[in-house]
Amino acid sequence: MRIGRLPARKARILAVRYVGAGIVTLLFLFPVYWLFMISFKTPDEIYHVPPLWIPGQIQFSNYYVLFKDGDVLAILNSLIVAGVSSGVAIVLGTLCAYSLARFGTGGENLAMWIISQRMIPPIAVVFPIFLIYVYFGLVDGYFGLILLYTAFNLPYVIWMMRGYIVDVPLELEESALVDGLNRWEVIWKVVFPMVRPGLMATSVFTFVFAWNDFLFALVLTRTEVITFPVMLTHYFGGQSNFWAKIAAMSVLGTLPIFVAVSVMQRYLVRGISLGAVKG
Amino acid sequence: MADVKLSGVHKYYGNVHAVRGVDLTIADGEFAVLVGPSGCGKSTLLRTIAGLEDPDGGTITIGGAVVNDLRPRERNIAMVFQNYALYPYLPVSENVAFGLRARKTPEIEIRKRVSEAAEMLGIGNLLQRYPRQLSGGQRQRVAIGRAIVRKADLFLFDEPLSNLDAQLRDEMRTEIKRLHHEITTTMIYVTHDQVEAMTLADRIVLLRDGQIEQQGAPLELFEQPRTGFVAGFLGSPSINLIPATLRTNGPGAAVVFQSGGELTLPSAKTRPLASMDGREILVGIRPQHFSRAGGPLREGVVPYSATADLIQPTGTRTFTTIKIGGVVAVAELQAHDVSSHGERIDLAIDLNRVVLIDPASGLVIA
Repeated sequence: MRIGRLPARKARILAVRYVGAGIVTLLFLFPVYWLFMISFKTPDEIYHVPPLWIPGQIQFSNYYVLFKDGDVLAILNSLIVAGVSSGVAIVLGTLCAYSLARFGTGGENLAMWIISQRMIPPIAVVFPIFLIYVYFGLVDGYFGLILLYTAFNLPYVIWMMRGYIVDVPLELEESALVDGLNRWEVIWKVVFPMVRPGLMATSVFTFVFAWNDFLFALVLTRTEVITFPVMLTHYFGGQSNFWAKIAAMSVLGTLPIFVAVSVMQRYLVRGISLGAVKG
Repeated sequence: MADVKLSGVHKYYGNVHAVRGVDLTIADGEFAVLVGPSGCGKSTLLRTIAGLEDPDGGTITIGGAVVNDLRPRERNIAMVFQNYALYPYLPVSENVAFGLRARKTPEIEIRKRVSEAAEMLGIGNLLQRYPRQLSGGQRQRVAIGRAIVRKADLFLFDEPLSNLDAQLRDEMRTEIKRLHHEITTTMIYVTHDQVEAMTLADRIVLLRDGQIEQQGAPLELFEQPRTGFVAGFLGSPSINLIPATLRTNGPGAAVVFQSGGELTLPSAKTRPLASMDGREILVGIRPQHFSRAGGPLREGVVPYSATADLIQPTGTRTFTTIKIGGVVAVAELQAHDVSSHGERIDLAIDLNRVVLIDPASGLVIA
């Protein structure tokens, strides 16, 4: 529809809406913009008064330092921990969800009980978990963090996937069973393709949860497996803050999420709205 | 190819006794239709034969082998579902080939059978499309195609036409009948639609409350129902049931309506009624057994004068409601037999085909 053909009143309302939306978008995007700009600035430019909206020249020395000092290993650690834990949580969680959805495992209340595990404030359990981890020697290793993130993500995965699986028409599975598949093949060849948007959306959220976790990573790691959020805190000092490193590291830490969400966007929208409307 | 035997099959859902001791034998190559009102257990019975439900009692035999403990995929059956059950993420060709791939059929054989089935069902031009791009009738053809490529021993249909509009349903019904003539596999077909049952079946199995009410050839059930339920279920418009009292007089008998008036029964009908004088009964007269009176009446055909109330022409036939024995009944007449509301019409009722029902037991007594 062309604006020129709208009645004046409707055009005015539309213009106000666009201006409003533009302002809100700017407000939200500004911190991101500022973060990127700082990461490209020299120390002088960072502390310049009045602030410089655009750095004099784009330079990557802030990133270079992170690579030279090996700080970027924190990103790698985060990738491993978040990637493996969400992968495991998705596989196990989807199987559990299938069992709940199709076999009525645990009756009506088990699903609710499972998601209620997610409602526990993490801070309330982090120290007991720390003591248990110390006892079993799991502190400061990949396995400990992966185990914990998997455990914390499972209820969410089970809850979400159960909803998606319930919406898959039972006849599709029954038809496949009659046609010659066994139950595992039905899950792989019928259920997975049917819930793929939901699966993708859920994967992104579990990955983001593990990626962003600060509390557990702070308490349960020391020097070996420092994740990206914990690494960031090392740049906040008593005397001074290393804004250049903070900005560069933050950009590096934001990129994987940015990529994941961009690639999955198609599925995310469908996945989140899937099941909202039947049919 | 296989025959199917059910003996003493029971199925419970919690406290609900859905199938109550069904005994049924379906011959090799037969087209059996399980029909009945919703909740009568017909779908449950079909799903039990498929192995999608486990029976709580009794045995199921397919092709001479007891299959109670076999999984659905081990029974070599093919099933067509009400909602087509097509995989939306696969093109038509892969939907049709799905069962063959599941059974690791060689690729060459898959292609051959898919194209054969596509030709048989006229879906050759749709093979590259996705289910969402098909109409309801096309989807059902694909679903049937997926079943026939399997060359299974037994075909099961679970209300396959109930999602289609009336015209398509007629078309697909013919198609399914033709299919059975071509491939002669044993078929069990579930429907709640008595027209589908009558037109498709070699044998109708009429179920009620989880039990077989009556089974037999379509016309046998229609003409010789054993119970009032069978008489009422088959036929459209359904049979008129008029309360009356039986009066016997030596070898003769008549039905006397509570609102006055009586009809003398033909001698062929009176034999079992000798000792039933004074019994309350329901007189079942099918709409088709009314006709416009004209000329001499045959033996057992009696005149009846009535006033036409609501008139519903269908083109070939015209239905009109009339009052008989104090109740509203439907008479099916020739297209131009009756034209206006309130018209006085002289009818003839063929009492040779009347059904007398004992209201207490629901059984047909004559």
